[in-house]
Amino acid sequence: MARVVVDVMLKPEILDPQGRAVQGALGRLGLTGVTDVRQGKQFVIDIEGDLEGERLELMHRLAEELLSNPVIEDYRMQVLPDAQDVAQ
Amino acid sequence: MSPRVGVVTFPGSLDDRDAARAVRIAGGEAVALWHGDDDLHGVDAVVLPGGFSYGDYLRCGAIARFAPVMASLVDAAKGGLPVLGICNGFQILCESHLLPGALTRNDSLHFICRDQRLRIEDTSSTWTADYAAGQEIVIPLKNGEGGFVADERTLDMLEGEGRVVARYLEVNPNGSRRDIAGIRNERGNVVGLMPHPEHAVEELTGPSTDGLAFFTSVLNSLVASS
Repeated sequence: MARVVVDVMLKPEILDPQGRAVQGALGRLGLTGVTDVRQGKQFVIDIEGDLEGERLELMHRLAEELLSNPVIEDYRMQVLPDAQDVAQ
Repeated sequence: MSPRVGVVTFPGSLDDRDAARAVRIAGGEAVALWHGDDDLHGVDAVVLPGGFSYGDYLRCGAIARFAPVMASLVDAAKGGLPVLGICNGFQILCESHLLPGALTRNDSLHFICRDQRLRIEDTSSTWTADYAAGQEIVIPLKNGEGGFVADERTLDMLEGEGRVVARYLEVNPNGSRRDIAGIRNERGNVVGLMPHPEHAVEELTGPSTDGLAFFTSVLNSLVASS
């Protein structure tokens, strides 16, 4: 059992109107000094067996082609060895 | 026999019926295509309609891009089949990399619904040949994620090659870079457009009939080449 965590963020040069709206709300709620907020997505994927070889390559490819859009987003993928350990 | 124009229905498509109706009003035969069927049924052109395919989950158009019909469509488009993507269809074309760039959340964060003035900037595409260069039109616009973005190099390339098909006039409703409302591929057979020409094909139901020429353009081009 493995757990894959993929974080997807808009590239720095892409305007993030949602992040900007959140930044405004943080300020209105009294948090001073917020200079930037970027909003992203996290995918947590549990998968049977060890993730290696061709399956790991495919996971990487799908993180790039499906979970993110390389035109506007960057992704970061971590493979954690055991979902049970992670859950504890 | 009039040309056959396929209109793809995905789960969550909204404007497939209006697109089919626009094809018929323009004088073509509309053919319903289904996302789960990889057969294009011999159509002469395809419209990817507006809506919220797969609920806009993940990213707009990101899941539709991998529908069985899209594998056939991408191959056919690369071979020259005319394809028009409207709104969600434009998003699907970008996700499929048939067109460069991407559509992102409107900079205002509001869903915008208005009659929008545009300028047709390129009349060399299969879908805009019936317009006059520089012609101004008014057609409905309705989107939440219609901001066209691409890196500066891509934007310069689109401008340099005359591939900006339509530009927003008066107001930029969604933060699109360089007021871009629509673009085409290099060959001119694939066009993506954020506003909705299929809702402006009849006086009774639209703000104008300015959208009709998108559909007559492709039909005339198909008749001329047959």
